[in-house]
Amino acid sequence: MTFDMKQFLLTFFEESFEGLDVMESALLNLDVGAADAETINTIFRAAHSIKGGSATFGLSQVSVFTHSVETLLDEMRNGKRAVTRDNVDLLLKSVDCMREMLQAARDGGQFNADKAAAITTELEIVLGKIPGARSPSVAKSQDNTATGHGWKISLVPHADMLKTGNDPIRMFRELQGLGKLEVKLDATKLPALVDLVPEDIFISWDIVLRGDATLAQVKEVFDWVEGDCELNIVPLGVVATTELAQQDSAASAPGTLTAVPKPDDRRHADDRRASPERRGPAATADAGSIRVAIDKIDALINMVGELVITQSMLHQLGTEFDMSRLAKLQEGLGQLERNTRELQESVMRIRMLPISFAFNRFPRMVHDLSQKLNKKVELKMSGEQTELDKTVMEKIGDPLVHLVRNSIDHGVETPAARRAAGKADVGTVHLNAFHQGGNIVIEISDDGAGIDKHRIRKKGIERGLLAETDVVSDERIYELIFEPGFSTAEIVSDVSGRGVGMDVVRRNIKDLGGTVDIRTELGVGTTFTIRLPLTLAILDGQLVRVGKETYILPLTSIVESLQIKRDSVNIIAGRSEVYRLRDEYLPIVRLYRLFGQNPDSEQLEGALLVIVEGDGKRIGLLVDDLLNQQQVVIKSLESNFAKVTGISGATILGDGRVALIMDVAGLIKSSKDLPPQSGTKDWISKNATVAA
Amino acid sequence: MSAAQRNDAEMASTVQQDTEQYLTFILAGQEYGVDILRVQEIKGWDKVTPLPNTPEYVRGVINLRGTIVPIIDLRQRFRLETISYGPTTVVIMLKVLSEAGQRIMGVVVDGVSEVYNVSANDIKAAPELGEHVDAEVVRGLATVDGKMIILVDIDKLLAESSLLAVKK
Amino acid sequence: MAKILAVDDSASMRQMVSFTLKGAGYEVVEAVDGKDALQKAQAGKADLVLTDVNMPNMDGISLVKQLRSLPNYKFTPILLLTTESAPEKKQEGKSAGATGWLVKPFNPDQLLTTIKKVLG
Repeated sequence: MTFDMKQFLLTFFEESFEGLDVMESALLNLDVGAADAETINTIFRAAHSIKGGSATFGLSQVSVFTHSVETLLDEMRNGKRAVTRDNVDLLLKSVDCMREMLQAARDGGQFNADKAAAITTELEIVLGKIPGARSPSVAKSQDNTATGHGWKISLVPHADMLKTGNDPIRMFRELQGLGKLEVKLDATKLPALVDLVPEDIFISWDIVLRGDATLAQVKEVFDWVEGDCELNIVPLGVVATTELAQQDSAASAPGTLTAVPKPDDRRHADDRRASPERRGPAATADAGSIRVAIDKIDALINMVGELVITQSMLHQLGTEFDMSRLAKLQEGLGQLERNTRELQESVMRIRMLPISFAFNRFPRMVHDLSQKLNKKVELKMSGEQTELDKTVMEKIGDPLVHLVRNSIDHGVETPAARRAAGKADVGTVHLNAFHQGGNIVIEISDDGAGIDKHRIRKKGIERGLLAETDVVSDERIYELIFEPGFSTAEIVSDVSGRGVGMDVVRRNIKDLGGTVDIRTELGVGTTFTIRLPLTLAILDGQLVRVGKETYILPLTSIVESLQIKRDSVNIIAGRSEVYRLRDEYLPIVRLYRLFGQNPDSEQLEGALLVIVEGDGKRIGLLVDDLLNQQQVVIKSLESNFAKVTGISGATILGDGRVALIMDVAGLIKSSKDLPPQSGTKDWISKNATVAA
Repeated sequence: MSAAQRNDAEMASTVQQDTEQYLTFILAGQEYGVDILRVQEIKGWDKVTPLPNTPEYVRGVINLRGTIVPIIDLRQRFRLETISYGPTTVVIMLKVLSEAGQRIMGVVVDGVSEVYNVSANDIKAAPELGEHVDAEVVRGLATVDGKMIILVDIDKLLAESSLLAVKK
Repeated sequence: MAKILAVDDSASMRQMVSFTLKGAGYEVVEAVDGKDALQKAQAGKADLVLTDVNMPNMDGISLVKQLRSLPNYKFTPILLLTTESAPEKKQEGKSAGATGWLVKPFNPDQLLTTIKKVLG
């Protein structure tokens, strides 16, 4: 093969994985009792494409495996085989196997060949036959008997042979390639001009082909018109054995009709080629590329066009400027601001994909998991078209999986328990996504047992996270679920693990600049709400002034801001200052010391305190002034410098100055003398002295 | 013929391979040289945003056409007497190479001097230079025009490890 | 410059066919299914149509039938790309009016040889 197929492999893999997803979701949606014909057709077509494509691109193992799958689907769509639950499950298993095989092919890994063989056997058992018709049988061409002289061919086309677009001239050309050709035309059947139907053919030919061409080769030339003509091929020098020739053309065994060279050889070549051809790069399907809808690109182009216009307008103004044109200048600058903002939003949108990509794995997961746990769960999804940044979506996948698993494992009760509680047998898990402000909100709710606040509280006390006498809000109790190692499940199932999941879930979400909350009602259900910024590179920030410098606090980390009242301040161990806020004691961090600035005043009374939260703890930051809130573009400090403690990045303000973005979690970690858990009154009263 | 012209003439007649070009700058009367290929640009001094938890000689960061670039004061780095910045104060933006890749960093110097061609032969090993300049960061000494130029290895001078030691 | 209309719902197949044919100097128009192909066929006359059989919206066999009903596609060579070697599919294609077929999997050389046979 002179062509290099590798360049098309990437597209093939992409579309095949999509095809597998289509197969899977269609299979899950298949109503076993009343299977929809169009759905089965869709599944069949997807399998068919993968089979054809994998064969074309040299992935013979995939092609061979998929063939049995395709055959089963073909029988289903023809009504020859029933759509049963078992068949559907078998097909789902096959899809998994195909996915594995394709992944192995793409990433250069191995797939479980035994599993594949086992599934193939299962398929064959269902199909009730030995694998047949796998590929054109190696039927050796009927007759290789070349007499060494040539052939005498009589071609009498049927009147309508031309209607299929076939042309005898082409056949003659081909025959010329096989040997020396002599053609004699017989026009005896031509009707009178007046009766002539221009589209029909009434001419026939007597052809003599001399040379070493085999019968198979000669027959091949007439492959396509077989049945549309009377063809008689006789070896030169042999008297009419017309019957034999006619039988041959009528029999049309698959072997002779293929234009493809012998399949066996091909397969060997494929297998040999298949191994060294393994590509090893990207471990994940993403490999840094993204599909973008054309309309997004068009919008971008339009916006750049407007920017160019604004720029030339400003340029014009600049070359002949005087103060009388000030208003025009301001107008132009306003336009520039609009253009730039729109352009920014437009570009951001390119990285946005609908969350359906992340949601798509759930129907299958819920299906499998509920079967495994003997629960009846229905999955509802809404807002799948809500878009979010590609990278954010990749990273939110695992947390979502964990929360959904959690809902099914701990939330939704068994059918019996549900019935006893007066609920329907089938529980519901609902995934919902929508935009709110500059964020995407994802809700995972279930109508299960809800979270028992008392059990959590008890567990919290057992773990020393809470004292018996503490008065803590419900909210804070539920948040204990996110503490590492926290799990009230009596039986720790291997499904959601030993509660190692929840704290990782929250951390992952925080790392994305987001938050997660719980709302629950005992006996009714639970809802987890995840809020994420729409992109990673942009932050909603609160600007604050400390001394001469401006710093940025992520808005999501701010709980509230207040003015300090002296008598709410306590001093611990003679050094650390804490602020009493309702039922909590929060350490006060004098930012000016941390940042080496000169504050407006060192007095606490009346000073501005910003309460921030990170990693479950809260502290108060002393600032000189609260400035505006704005969206800032996060610039890395590390690309040209290094990670700095207390700072998570930098941004460039409107006036070109650099402002540092505070690392709230880092600040909390580095502020010393934190009480073990903020909120323990006893500890405070033991250690604190009221500020003088 | 000026020193530069003489140098150029020499350049024309010598084999180029062993010759490197150095940009020299002044610090407290002493001339130092850096490989010209590492010099990205030269700017005047402008306000800087200070960084917490960094050595004193890391003055802070600036916005260089949208990228955040740290600025290091070389007088402080070499523990020389510090002076106040003035109109002749200059910041040289350098390309610093490390295992992690390339970083852009700016160094504050008293002023920029010249560009000289120095052939490898003319670079001598540096003797102990006293408490100001670490021998490690010095590539060698070159004599040009009767002057001694200390050739600096900026990769070592601005290595990450040296930039993070917090001074308390 | 002969113009070929290549129809297949698989992007990778389309790419491969397109690339191969263009490399041999043919002009190629791609379509993603029968419906798309019909529109494109009417928009500009193709010298040869190469189509897959199993496609959504309109399959290959129906496409052949539709094309043959168009006056300027009565005699245009139409080739079906099929993985089925079962005789009925080929017969179905022929009854619909297809000129011939090419069995998948095929390699680019085979594709070119066949096209050359038809277009000369």
